[in-house]
Amino acid sequence: MTAVPTTSSGTSTRYDRLILPDRVHGSLYTDPAIFAEELAKIWHTTWVFVGHESEVPQPNDYVRKKLAMQDVVMTRDKDGEVHLLLNRCAHRGNQVCDDQKGNSSSFRCPYHGWTFRNTGELLGYPYNKGYGGKNKLELGMGRVPRVASYQGFVFGSFAADGPSLEEHLGAAAGEIDRLVGLSPEGSVSLTAGWLQHKTRANWKLLAENETDGYHPQFVHGSIFGVTGSPIGALYSDASTAVTRNLGGGHSENDLRPEFRGFDEPMRWFGTTPDRVPDYVARMEAAYGDDARRRLVEGAPHVMVFPNLFIAEIQVFNIQPVATGECVQYSTAVQLDGAPELNRRMVSQSIGSVGPAGMLLADDTEMYERNQRGVEALQPEWLEVSRGLVRERVDEDGFTIGAATDETGMRGFWKHYKSLMEA
Amino acid sequence: MTETAAPLAASAATTARPSTEGAGPLGPVPDGWTRAEVEDFLYREARLADENEYDAWEALWTDDALYWVPAGGPGTDPLSEVSIIFDNRNRIATRMKQVRTGKRYAQAPPSHLRRVVGNVELLGGRPNHAGGVDLEVGANFLAVESKPRGNELWAGRTTYRLRRQPGPDGAAEIRLAFKKVVLVDNDKPVPTLAFLV
Repeated sequence: MTAVPTTSSGTSTRYDRLILPDRVHGSLYTDPAIFAEELAKIWHTTWVFVGHESEVPQPNDYVRKKLAMQDVVMTRDKDGEVHLLLNRCAHRGNQVCDDQKGNSSSFRCPYHGWTFRNTGELLGYPYNKGYGGKNKLELGMGRVPRVASYQGFVFGSFAADGPSLEEHLGAAAGEIDRLVGLSPEGSVSLTAGWLQHKTRANWKLLAENETDGYHPQFVHGSIFGVTGSPIGALYSDASTAVTRNLGGGHSENDLRPEFRGFDEPMRWFGTTPDRVPDYVARMEAAYGDDARRRLVEGAPHVMVFPNLFIAEIQVFNIQPVATGECVQYSTAVQLDGAPELNRRMVSQSIGSVGPAGMLLADDTEMYERNQRGVEALQPEWLEVSRGLVRERVDEDGFTIGAATDETGMRGFWKHYKSLMEA
Repeated sequence: MTETAAPLAASAATTARPSTEGAGPLGPVPDGWTRAEVEDFLYREARLADENEYDAWEALWTDDALYWVPAGGPGTDPLSEVSIIFDNRNRIATRMKQVRTGKRYAQAPPSHLRRVVGNVELLGGRPNHAGGVDLEVGANFLAVESKPRGNELWAGRTTYRLRRQPGPDGAAEIRLAFKKVVLVDNDKPVPTLAFLV
């Protein structure tokens, strides 16, 4: 592990010394003290993606989730509101919910039989005379204090006060809108289950890589080559795609310039309109003249700080486990009202992502080798300078770089630094 | 990560409902199979996988093969829910082509592997779409995978469907039509699984 650099300058903060405009220090990935600080200042403060409302479609449905290392139960109460409860009894701290998912209006702790409503409220405790009778205790399950959703994507924040989810998402919200805009019903479901990929690397290596357009031709050359995939060209030196810093730590690989150039509906999905006629008809019925633009431009490739990655037809949820370990949860997007596409998206996702995925297993190999690499003492720094020489500001005021530039990473680190110094 | 929508050619997609799934109750063990030849086949398949003998391993499969490693439990509907692996014959071929490039980094360098297959049971007969009956076999396995990141212990239950069909020289040989591997820990995060399980 590389040591945290010290400096004689008395004015700079610790993170001023670790995060520079063109490079970041290796200890950010290996120092347990920094990881602990991240838990407090990022994962237990900012909005974190947890799951999707479609995973608890009916009243009293519940599913267990992770928010950083916290075991949370995402519930939908009888009135339809979604809650994030901490899976811990208010009595002696036992785990209250054992099943991964189900339907129940209440949870009963197996230890002493205390029961809680699926809003977290205490319902009862056996042999109540020991507490002076019924309804004497003001104890409930812990709750993630703020829960909000955007287009069905559920986020939680452990901070009672702070920016709203809309403020947190900022320009990234428009990318989520783009995704749901590919559904003729204007909504998506995440109901295909989640692959759970244990990854022995610091979570930030993943967050940085999600919009790194420099690696695909190298890491994924094996699968692009044997399948004749045109994807590699989207990330070539000649690509017209751009990497955009969306602010707030969010970034995207905007492939629309390439797809607009081809001007072929459904090319983004590797098919043609005649192969998915019902879907195209439904999109035209829903969106009229704008349907064609949507079908040409396709789905977003966006990293939402700190842990939601939408990779066109897949959604990833990254959760930290330790300094050198995290879990990637991945699933196939299901576009409501698009059965022709949904099965193919499940099949494509199985082939591409998860522990055996023909893309993601290789990304994950890079993350794990990267984690071992940064343990080396020299050089102490990791470069994030690619594209600084050619960055520009687009018409909307966002900094953009070429398809292979590290513009997204620089945006990530700027926001990370602001949170860690707060 | 840079997954775009369709890295796999349409021909490699597995969207047709597998004819061998949900085919009703098992019939009796078909005639003409001995436990010894079944076990020999399972052990050979395991050895070829352990030793990364990709060509010989791939040649074991039938044209209508299905290779399935479900996630999140014993496996429900692989067409509507994600699995760790759900390969038809085309996608098995794609997977093998990728690893043969030598740049499938999750398996380059290859894992060092040894597995034990045991508790072999001849379970019954499963009608196949060719009008014959495949032999369904169950077994447990335990495997140690050694990788630079460390050792992994893998365990699970495998269901095989075996079929006798003419080989290249005309003589009957045993082929693998179906292999489903239910990992004991498939409801939890598992590390990269890039070897032939």
